[in-house]
Amino acid sequence: MAAAVELDGVNVTFGDFIAVRDANLTIEAGEFFSFLGPSGCGKTTLLRTISGFIEPTRGTVRIGGADMSGIGPNRRPTALIFQNLALFPMMTVAENIGYGLRVRGVPRHERDEKVKNLLIQVALAEHGHKKVSELSGGQKQRVAIARALAVEPKVLLLDEPLSALDLKLRQHMRAELRAIQKRVGITFIYITHDQGEALTMSDRIAVMNAGVIEQVGNGRSVYAEPRTPFVASFVGENNQIRGRVTAVENGLATLDTPLGALVGRNPVGLSAGEEALLFVRPEALSLVPTGTPNGSTVGFDGEAVDVAYEGSVTHVTLRVRTGQKITATLGGGVLPASGETLHIGFRPQDGLLLARPASR
Amino acid sequence: MGATGGLTLVFGLPLAVALFFFALSAYERRMGLATGPGFFQRNGLAVGLYLVLAVGFWVFFVIVLPQFSMVDMSFRPKLPPSQMGGPKDVFTLENYRYFLFGSTTSTASWNWIHLKAFALTIGVSIAITLFNFALCYPIAFHMAQSAGAARLRILLLLMIIPYWVNEILRAFAFRVLLSSGGIINKLLLGAGLVAEPIDFLGADIGLYMGLSYAYLLMMVFPLYSAIESLDRNQIEAARDLGAPWWHIHLFVVMPHAKPGIASGCTLVFMLCAGALAAPLVLAGPRTLWFTPIVYDRFYQAFNWPQGAAYAFILLVTCIVFVLMVLKMFRLSLGEITR
Repeated sequence: MAAAVELDGVNVTFGDFIAVRDANLTIEAGEFFSFLGPSGCGKTTLLRTISGFIEPTRGTVRIGGADMSGIGPNRRPTALIFQNLALFPMMTVAENIGYGLRVRGVPRHERDEKVKNLLIQVALAEHGHKKVSELSGGQKQRVAIARALAVEPKVLLLDEPLSALDLKLRQHMRAELRAIQKRVGITFIYITHDQGEALTMSDRIAVMNAGVIEQVGNGRSVYAEPRTPFVASFVGENNQIRGRVTAVENGLATLDTPLGALVGRNPVGLSAGEEALLFVRPEALSLVPTGTPNGSTVGFDGEAVDVAYEGSVTHVTLRVRTGQKITATLGGGVLPASGETLHIGFRPQDGLLLARPASR
Repeated sequence: MGATGGLTLVFGLPLAVALFFFALSAYERRMGLATGPGFFQRNGLAVGLYLVLAVGFWVFFVIVLPQFSMVDMSFRPKLPPSQMGGPKDVFTLENYRYFLFGSTTSTASWNWIHLKAFALTIGVSIAITLFNFALCYPIAFHMAQSAGAARLRILLLLMIIPYWVNEILRAFAFRVLLSSGGIINKLLLGAGLVAEPIDFLGADIGLYMGLSYAYLLMMVFPLYSAIESLDRNQIEAARDLGAPWWHIHLFVVMPHAKPGIASGCTLVFMLCAGALAAPLVLAGPRTLWFTPIVYDRFYQAFNWPQGAAYAFILLVTCIVFVLMVLKMFRLSLGEITR
């Protein structure tokens, strides 16, 4: 079976601005694939390139193995769900869902039948005759999904469709989208700047920054094994300490930092003398009163400046000697008091060393 | 009516209107019908009173009274000034009878000349409205959805600047352009496309062109503002769902722009049917447009009551026609003002 979508050296430029640079990617059929990145990183451009609204400046987009160059969005086997949904307000819910079928000249009775089934699928069976404006946010969302599914696309493209919903509904819709994808079995390509959405829903995630796909992998690998400083700091919270590598051994490396010598994993193979960044997740940090022996950790001292209790977790912000702020997330136990000086420690295997980009 | 009586009317009537509104607002307040701060509470008594008086004055003396007096006049016989208000000044339908039968007394034969001119005016106005819509829709769509800011500015200027030239001058310019010795005929002759000059003016082509052009903006702007408010994502969504371009226009853009379409068409139709300059200057010698007939009733025949009746017939016909069309497209009058 051919891959659902293949990007082969795709570049998109607008004048001097490079929106997407050298995207090479294969998205498998039936996958829930997310593009994750901050706004302006080129993810929406890439989505519009796949759907056919933008022709790549260089490179090819293949869908189901077929080259899509010169094929407009109305003749591609994709369906796009817009950020604002773009439902047709002058049509009823049923007419909205049936629009793609009507365009394709599907006979009325057949169309009605299909629309009815789709309405049941998205739990809107009673709402077919209503105007779109009479629906709630979540219901509109489901109409948009049904409208896109009606044309039986090979690939469903979703452009941050949940961003307009409130938190509760957003979390509910995540599960629902995932369930729909499992049920219909087609490829979903999802665009988001919300790492929570990407991590919970996706089979695989492509993290994008400034037009470049920095890393592709499943949620776990993107979170636990970031390969670039951008991915490390964008996906989840991360503390970042600059320094220079002084020693390398057994997959670990020692970094000389303003806070002292710190040790972390060295997956990208840095050698001594290189400028590097050390990343430690807030939840990997442990806080103990200064002077207490702390086993196999490395660390430094800091003063707690803010303690934010959130119920299940507590976020502690600490100021270290250099003035930098370090965040630690504690699961429970004894909570430090604001103003207290603490030893911040972590196990070397929880520290991650990555090359410092030249530009920074 | 004496001088004091007239003065009483001029000042008393607006005052009476103001008092009426004041009483109405007080009544609604007491009955709990009105909510929020009242009109006079919001604006203060002085400003509120001024607003009511000024607007009342404007509406009554500038809009209602002249129209009403024309309607009143249309139902009276033509009389020398000395007999006005005399025993012969009675209400009559003779002016309307004249329009239909060409005589104030007999109903034996139809007034074909005027009836035909009337039908022609309405018919051609409809045709020009449709033509203008067909012409302006693509322009408006381009301006609203695809043109960049710079292009939009240039297009707007190109459309507005020619309107600085006054209407009569423009009509004569068309005459010059389209005459037998005009530049268009010269070009056609020079290119060998025609053997002898085409009589554009005699065939009324000049009239149609002049009328279409005169009200172009009246069509473009309502369409533009209606289409401009359409979310471009809707067009893209339709395209993404497989719709060809004509389907998108017919079933996505036009339904959205319906109020703008209705308002543009209403304006163009009304103005076309009531146009005077273009028909006077550009109509062919064999064409009789209705507005010049009305004009002639007033200034050639010196029959103001008949002129008033003719004008009133045109007005009522146009309003009825427009309301019928709005009804057909399931639009309320309020919607076209959006």
